[in-house]
Amino acid sequence: MSDVVEATLPTVSIRIPMILRPQVGGAKTVDATGATLGALLADLTIRFPGVTSQVLTADGELHKFVNIYVNDDDVRYLGKLEAPIKSGDEVTILPAVAGGAF
Amino acid sequence: MRLVLPQAVYDDIVDHVLTGYPLEACGLLVGVPEQNGATQALRFVPSANLAVSALAYTIDPKVHLRAERDADDDDLAVIGVVHSHTHTDAFPSPTDVAAAPDPTWEYVIVSLRDPSPSLRSYRIQGDTVTETPVEIVDRSAQAEV
Repeated sequence: MSDVVEATLPTVSIRIPMILRPQVGGAKTVDATGATLGALLADLTIRFPGVTSQVLTADGELHKFVNIYVNDDDVRYLGKLEAPIKSGDEVTILPAVAGGAF
Repeated sequence: MRLVLPQAVYDDIVDHVLTGYPLEACGLLVGVPEQNGATQALRFVPSANLAVSALAYTIDPKVHLRAERDADDDDLAVIGVVHSHTHTDAFPSPTDVAAAPDPTWEYVIVSLRDPSPSLRSYRIQGDTVTETPVEIVDRSAQAEV
């Protein structure tokens, strides 16, 4: 039974921003498997431990200076780490771009 | 190292930051990453300033997402970010330096403190700020890279 469940877990492509590419051997996109965003990131951590520490806080929450999308939707509106992932989704990680005069 | 900025892109930037005044205005630069010392800007992608402030800016993440995808489709990249300083110099503030996500990006700042806009660009690596000379080229001219 567990084999069947594993076989149906979606593997999707995660687009990595320039700033994090050194953590994944320079790749623009990497594949990861999981039914939620949290599971995808956990899968990614196994191969690329450097990425997750840039994306998640020490408490395991999404870092406020990072925006993650499933297709066109910000995961903050999809349940954050619980955001559901299905086959064919495209996940994009982007740094927040902000600043100020002082 | 220099930033090559077509006149038309420069004009788009200045129009956008003047329209946004008295708030800070912002947007992204798309082009060709540094090759042989030259970073080539090819277009300016204006963004709303989600901070809605005269003292701070936040690029609309949706604009950033679209800009990245469009750039990728064209074999280009987001090469930097533009924002205005309405009452201070065109130099990165401590906030700009602390928030800078990418050491390979150009951080273009347009100061509107004086009657005519002043545009300068910087690389920010850690807390080190290095000015990048900006070369404004005619619309038809191509950078020699």
